Amino acid sequence: MNLDRRTFIRGSALAGLLAVPVVGGCATGGGGGGNTAVTGKVTPDNPLGMAVDTPVKVYIFDGGYGSEYARSVHKPMLEGKHKGAKVDIQVTKEINKVLQPQFAGGTPPDVVDNDGDNKMDEGSLSGDGQLTDLTRLLDAPAWDVPGKKVGDLLDPSAKEFGTYNGKLVEVLYTLNSYGIWYSQKLFRERGWQVPKTWDEFVKLCQTIKGSGMAAYTYAGKYPQYQMEPMLTMAIKTGGLEVMKNIDNLEDGAWKAEPIKQAAAAWQEIGAKYLMEGTAGISHTESQTKQNNGQVAMLPCGSWIENEQKKSIPPGFDYGVLPVPSLTGSDKLPQTAIHSIPIGGFLVPAKAKNPGGGLEYLRAMLSKEGATRYSAMTASMTVVKDAIPEKQSPGLASTVQMHTAAGENAFSWRFEYWYKQLFDAVKSATNELMAGRMTPDAFCDQVQQKADQLKKDPSVKKYHR
Amino acid sequence: MLATRRKFLFIVGFLALPALIYVVYVISPYVQAFQIAFTDWHGASQTQNFVGFANFEALFADSTFWHAIGHNAILLVLGPLIVLGLGMFFAFLLTSGGRKGGVGGSKVYRVIIFLPQVLSLVIVAVLFQSVLKTDTGGMINGPLIGLGAQPIGFLTSPDLALWSVLGVLVWQQVGFYVVLFSAAMGNVPLEIYESARLDGANRIQMFFRITLPLLWDTVQTAWVYMGIAAFDVFAIVWVLTVDQGGPDGSTQVLSTEIYRNAFVYSKFGYASAMGVVLFFVILIFAGVVFGLTRRERVEL
Repeated sequence: MNLDRRTFIRGSALAGLLAVPVVGGCATGGGGGGNTAVTGKVTPDNPLGMAVDTPVKVYIFDGGYGSEYARSVHKPMLEGKHKGAKVDIQVTKEINKVLQPQFAGGTPPDVVDNDGDNKMDEGSLSGDGQLTDLTRLLDAPAWDVPGKKVGDLLDPSAKEFGTYNGKLVEVLYTLNSYGIWYSQKLFRERGWQVPKTWDEFVKLCQTIKGSGMAAYTYAGKYPQYQMEPMLTMAIKTGGLEVMKNIDNLEDGAWKAEPIKQAAAAWQEIGAKYLMEGTAGISHTESQTKQNNGQVAMLPCGSWIENEQKKSIPPGFDYGVLPVPSLTGSDKLPQTAIHSIPIGGFLVPAKAKNPGGGLEYLRAMLSKEGATRYSAMTASMTVVKDAIPEKQSPGLASTVQMHTAAGENAFSWRFEYWYKQLFDAVKSATNELMAGRMTPDAFCDQVQQKADQLKKDPSVKKYHR
Repeated sequence: MLATRRKFLFIVGFLALPALIYVVYVISPYVQAFQIAFTDWHGASQTQNFVGFANFEALFADSTFWHAIGHNAILLVLGPLIVLGLGMFFAFLLTSGGRKGGVGGSKVYRVIIFLPQVLSLVIVAVLFQSVLKTDTGGMINGPLIGLGAQPIGFLTSPDLALWSVLGVLVWQQVGFYVVLFSAAMGNVPLEIYESARLDGANRIQMFFRITLPLLWDTVQTAWVYMGIAAFDVFAIVWVLTVDQGGPDGSTQVLSTEIYRNAFVYSKFGYASAMGVVLFFVILIFAGVVFGLTRRERVEL
């Protein structure tokens, strides 16, 4: 037993070798076990059968919208209505990491705000039977609108996008609209007109560049920010068919002419009007540069005003414009926008107090709950006509854009259904904007990935 | 005999608990990863379906996987070469580069060189984001743009990004090996150097004839350590690079792909299969390093 120093060092080197992280560290949980559901008596006051004595455990994603709304709006609403009820709010930035083991162990909470870059995959969860069917919630009476059901108050998109495998499993709460953001104050001061057509947009870029300011930027580090207006433009030009073909993985969907045209159009912006250094910046950097007056326009979702609230200079006046129309013969009107409900709230099938989880969602989907959330986060919700009276400039502009779009608000699904394809489009977008890839090569490369995915039997397929 | 046995029991007594913790939290997940690799587990269900070698078949047909392996290979060959070379060079300068011991100010250098090792990898990656920025805010590109030159796309050009990752890895790692080698060099008795000097050996000869052979064991160990660091690079790639492994997949490595498949695509079975392959690749690498570098050991 002569342990000399060298043997020891060698031994520890081997130990280090074995310590290289490998996925699967957490147990897969074996078979049964986990929570046993507790339910309360169904009464008109408690239509979803919440167990009042069992705390309702809620996990909130701590992202752009924070978690204050849960603590100061929805929790007190529920606790106020049901004497003795308790809502236990937990907050995390890493939904997947925190909740995946709880699902696998059979002890998930009652409500999960499944949001952020590290959210759980709803398709897999619902495929594995891990989520509660929310139809019962939609059929329950509305919280504070007599004579109406919860489902009557919802924007139709909420039902469409929360459905997986034919079941509504998720309440997508925040209604997010995409567009190109600018400072209304800056545009007023310089006398710049809000562009409606692509020609006007390009001319405006020219004018802005001439004034010594960068015209356009996006988060090069997260190229989905630029993928968004490019695809939106293609769909406005070619109609909803373009989008449906992409989502349904139709052969040659990505080689459609409108996609090529949109790619070529944006490549020109990339070559001539992109802010120096765009390729390497994050979304926060790009947005802060806009707040500081270094760049005039950038693409983003309507969460931007809330996200930037600490760095918006006084009187910045966020405004948003729909992606301009590329041709005079676009299939969709100029007011058409990409809009999608985001931030999915779900009730795990193995929740301890499933009725409590549903009741919490019912509180969220009330007029009061939605209006107060809207005021706190400068965002619209999927609850119809629940817009606060006093609106911030960005929210007012979003509401206006969304109202003008009316029926012409659309959204693709592939981004959520096929993450691999989404990643492929993202990286190709950066190559396109940097001029390293032609529009044709862009379409080819993405199409290739789509074909590969279509053939992969391990990837679950969806259809719309 | 009895004394040896007592000593043995004494050592076992101390090692039992750490060994148990190690088995439960390190070894058992490994074994489990092997099992998961043969299933279609999505990460949340309590049951999994056995799919045989399907994950491995798909893996070997996946071009992303081979790209990642290629990037790992580049880091694996160049990382240790550069880091150990630099580490050895600095350590030599610090311990015996001057007339009497190290070069002037070697104590200060020692602290400076070791400093990056104290920072967490994520902080290093965030720091280098600013250093390598392509606009005027970049530490390197700022002055370049000021001089009227074109900025260099350290992280935004697919041809450069992997080299930038390698550079950051070297910067972060080298300090540890300087300390490791310095300590080992300090253990070499001064008399050997003195007698070599009397025999008329110059500094280069002393390094290659005396220092390096006496340090061989340490080098071997360092090589494996560094190889593992090069295999991992997860934090640096994930935080530093554009599009987490981009641009256009040019900095994807096995560890980022494992993470992506497991936690973004929910393909835990597939990701575990990658982990299993990574495990064997590292095992082979360690075997190769120990095999290639085997030499007569000089006992002091």
